[in-house]
Amino acid sequence: MATFGVIVFPGSNCDHDAYHAVKHVMNCDVKFLWHKDTDLSGIDFLIVPGGFSYGDYLRSGAIARFSPIMQEVIKFAEKGGPVMGICNGFQILLEAGLIPGAMMHNHKLRFVCKNVFIRCETTNSLFTSGLTNGQVFDIPVSHGEGNYFINEEGLKSLQDNDQVLFRYSDINGNLTEEANFNGSINHIAGITNTGRNVLGMMPHPERAMEKILGSEDGKPIFDSILNSLSIA
Amino acid sequence: MYKAKVNVTLRPSILDPKGKAAHHALQNLGLNAVERVRIGKFIELDVNADSEDNAKEIAEAACSKLLANEVMEDFTIEIE
Repeated sequence: MATFGVIVFPGSNCDHDAYHAVKHVMNCDVKFLWHKDTDLSGIDFLIVPGGFSYGDYLRSGAIARFSPIMQEVIKFAEKGGPVMGICNGFQILLEAGLIPGAMMHNHKLRFVCKNVFIRCETTNSLFTSGLTNGQVFDIPVSHGEGNYFINEEGLKSLQDNDQVLFRYSDINGNLTEEANFNGSINHIAGITNTGRNVLGMMPHPERAMEKILGSEDGKPIFDSILNSLSIA
Repeated sequence: MYKAKVNVTLRPSILDPKGKAAHHALQNLGLNAVERVRIGKFIELDVNADSEDNAKEIAEAACSKLLANEVMEDFTIEIE
């Protein structure tokens, strides 16, 4: 059985959601890892959770990226260890250079907290292997800086290497301008690295695990992950 | 001791929604002569270095490692 690690920074606030999703919905072992920890032994999968690490000072994720545990996370990821960054976790992984690009303020400047639809763009990753191409998921977002940016060359390389895992769409999977509520380039909601072992996504699948809480569309993503880990 | 004055600005190609919002407010105030607003950050560093060049080098390292995200931002440094 896989053991998950959920990193806790000062200012993380989705760490308990991630812990709950993995422990109580997926029935896996999970440990909290404090940002000052440096021991990742026994961990098979790392989650960098959402929140406002270090108060989002300077830029979201910019300070967290230099915390002691992130140096170990970078080593873990570089060795091929699977890492998932959600929301602020995505921002931290970008700042750490584990995935390319940067986050800007939402183009309408508003903090957006609502359920949105995202479309699965490729099943070629351990995070999406159990989904189907074009499948639409109802997942909450909650961020002020989720306007994903990458230069033209970078965008081309993301597309050429099939690194875009999720895009913002409408309920029918159409990439309408309205659906792209934060202004992200190319509707990008989630991407992986070239090694395909690191995922960064702004939407919160860990908050969509139980019907009683509004949506269970996040569960297929965790099912994919568990399935991939058991095969590996 | 040197003082490094750092300006971090969004690259010209990057949309600046905060600048746009401020520009809009300035127009509402009747300051129509203002044609464009771009908002950045000003950061002051006190640097303990043995020369101006050395201070600049240190400030540059601080900018490229942490203070600016060069994917979307540029920076300039002035040493006093």
